[in-house]
Amino acid sequence: MPSLGSDMEAGILVEWMKQQGEKVSRGDIIAVVETDKGAIEVEVFEDGTLAELLVQPGEKVPVGTPLARITGPKDTASTERRHASAPAPTPAVPMPTVSSVQGAEAAIQPPTVTTLAEGSRATPAARLLASERGIDLALVKGTGPDGSIVRRDIEEAAPRAATVPDLEPMRRAIAAAMSRAKRDIPHYYLGHSFDVSQAVQWLDAYNAAHPPQERLLLGALTLKAVALALKDFPEFNGFYGPDGFVPASAIHIGTAIAMRGGGLAAPAIHNTDTLTLAELMERLRDLIGRVRKGGFRSSEISDPTITVSSLGDRGVDMLLPIIYPPQVAIIGFGSVAPRAWAIEDAVAVRPVLTATLAADHRASDGHRGALLLRRIGGLLDTPEDL
Amino acid sequence: MTVMSYRDAVRGAIREAMQSDPRVFLMGEDVGHYGGCYAVSKGLLEEFGPERIRDTPLSESGFTGAGIGAAMGGLRPIVEIMTCNFSLLALDQIMNNAATIRHMSGGQFNVPVVIRMATGGGRQLGAQHSHSLEGWYAHIPGIRVLAPGTVADAGGMLAPALDDPDPVLIFENALLYNDTADVDWPASVDIDHAAVRREGTDISLITYGGSLGKTLAAADQLAAEGISAEVLDLRVLRPLDEDAILATVARTRRCVIVDEGWQSGSISAEIMARIIEKGFWYLDAPLARVCSKEVPIPYAHHLEEAALPSITGIVEACRAVLGR
Repeated sequence: MPSLGSDMEAGILVEWMKQQGEKVSRGDIIAVVETDKGAIEVEVFEDGTLAELLVQPGEKVPVGTPLARITGPKDTASTERRHASAPAPTPAVPMPTVSSVQGAEAAIQPPTVTTLAEGSRATPAARLLASERGIDLALVKGTGPDGSIVRRDIEEAAPRAATVPDLEPMRRAIAAAMSRAKRDIPHYYLGHSFDVSQAVQWLDAYNAAHPPQERLLLGALTLKAVALALKDFPEFNGFYGPDGFVPASAIHIGTAIAMRGGGLAAPAIHNTDTLTLAELMERLRDLIGRVRKGGFRSSEISDPTITVSSLGDRGVDMLLPIIYPPQVAIIGFGSVAPRAWAIEDAVAVRPVLTATLAADHRASDGHRGALLLRRIGGLLDTPEDL
Repeated sequence: MTVMSYRDAVRGAIREAMQSDPRVFLMGEDVGHYGGCYAVSKGLLEEFGPERIRDTPLSESGFTGAGIGAAMGGLRPIVEIMTCNFSLLALDQIMNNAATIRHMSGGQFNVPVVIRMATGGGRQLGAQHSHSLEGWYAHIPGIRVLAPGTVADAGGMLAPALDDPDPVLIFENALLYNDTADVDWPASVDIDHAAVRREGTDISLITYGGSLGKTLAAADQLAAEGISAEVLDLRVLRPLDEDAILATVARTRRCVIVDEGWQSGSISAEIMARIIEKGFWYLDAPLARVCSKEVPIPYAHHLEEAALPSITGIVEACRAVLGR
């Protein structure tokens, strides 16, 4: 079970896209898992044969649990060895067959996952009931000895859990990530407005020469400008972890996309800086389409090295975004609107775009942030080079 | 219904067995002319004569071995060992002969011997007369270990024990001999199952033998505090009635084990292990034990009382498990 976000602890296997015994190669979608962020496709990173499916559809397993065993194309000995040394999957604890215990009690299965914080205590009976009813132990207050969570606490928590809408997991994931960001990350914010008449004119000309399905949006240009600018500003592209900031080796820009029914996701467009504008636009269209259906890939959701959030089409001038941990920066774009713009000693009406940067002060300083925003503005002045 | 003591019940059971089966005889130290050191066999010498009520030398290994030989030869001996503390002299006979011969002879020889012994402390008799070693014997495959905790079981367990083709050890807690109860006579009980002596919903108290009375008294006190305790009397320490243990824990989800033996490497440890192995997901609280302190049982009255399981100790253990 891959980790599809820093706060993900477990996922439900929804379906296998490949059958046991089928050949798989790197990049194939082999399974779909359900997480707090929605249904996500799991890619395979090896070539080989899907020798054994270790988790059945519908099972919820912790991150790190082997989902399947893949035997390599060459020697089976090495895969046997790997299998033998791999961490054991969640053990299928057999339950006692107590003939004198009646009804549902006799058929109970052990819980496959718990989400209890370290140091807290819940009894086996409480864990089992919580697992059956899908109650998050972390949200239950314990009333047993020493504050332990006992079965009665779960029984009393049940009615509340039943009234929670379907959106809850997504909302909870966003709440957890954003609370963590605001709690842990010392944000600083910079804003910069610039005249984008060059970009708009270039875009109009480009689109006039292309059929509708090949036309570009300004969003593709801003994404590319951010990607190119980041090459010289590595302190904004990477992750802040236990050992401090680690710059990423590639630029994978996460694009915040609102989802149908609420919530949002920010999956990555891999190697954003190497794509042509046409390729970038195609990826963007594809991604928006899939995110709205809730079908993005595991690497897309876990890989972003920085995020871009554009709320321009909602008609706001600017936004002050919150960093998605463990990333260290997020760049926001407002709407392009005609403004009175001073050019030397005259005032003209120009299309103006406001870009904002929220950055982690542990990883970078405002001076470099200001230069980054200026660089993005400069790159948009020569759209033909993007 | 007949009102009788635990001692009367054991004596009555011996008498009936001797009356109904000429192969049955009793032997042990002071069982004849003295009438038994706990007066269990008083009057039996006069009734059945010295051939069937045999006084033996102070030689546990010798007369226990004789009983095993007699059983192999077709008789149905009842061997009385004064206390389980002295039975260690006969441990070689019990473990290396009684428990193994059927298996080592490929089933050619059964050893239908019954060995009765007193157990337990609380009478200021000093360490060498006060220990509870039935848990040790419950470790040994090849024998059945019984611990009658009621007058009915004291009277009823001997007959099925004599019918068992394998060796059966009966541990009679010496503090119980004067207990009286109104029982059906002749008593008829099995030697396979544990028995729920009191039903309850909040916590299971698992015990046997001399601790049963204390545990039931503790359950009464708990009831006054609004805690409903179930009391399971194991009755049979080997083989353990695992289904009954798991069933009571499944009902109450909490469990305290009361055992007069020491807790390290004990029958109480074995019960806990089985609950963890097979009943883990039932549990709504950690398991707990009330056992004898890990010391040779002291002679001084106040120290002996402090060393043995007490009603107060059981009640407190239950409160702790329930967090009250």
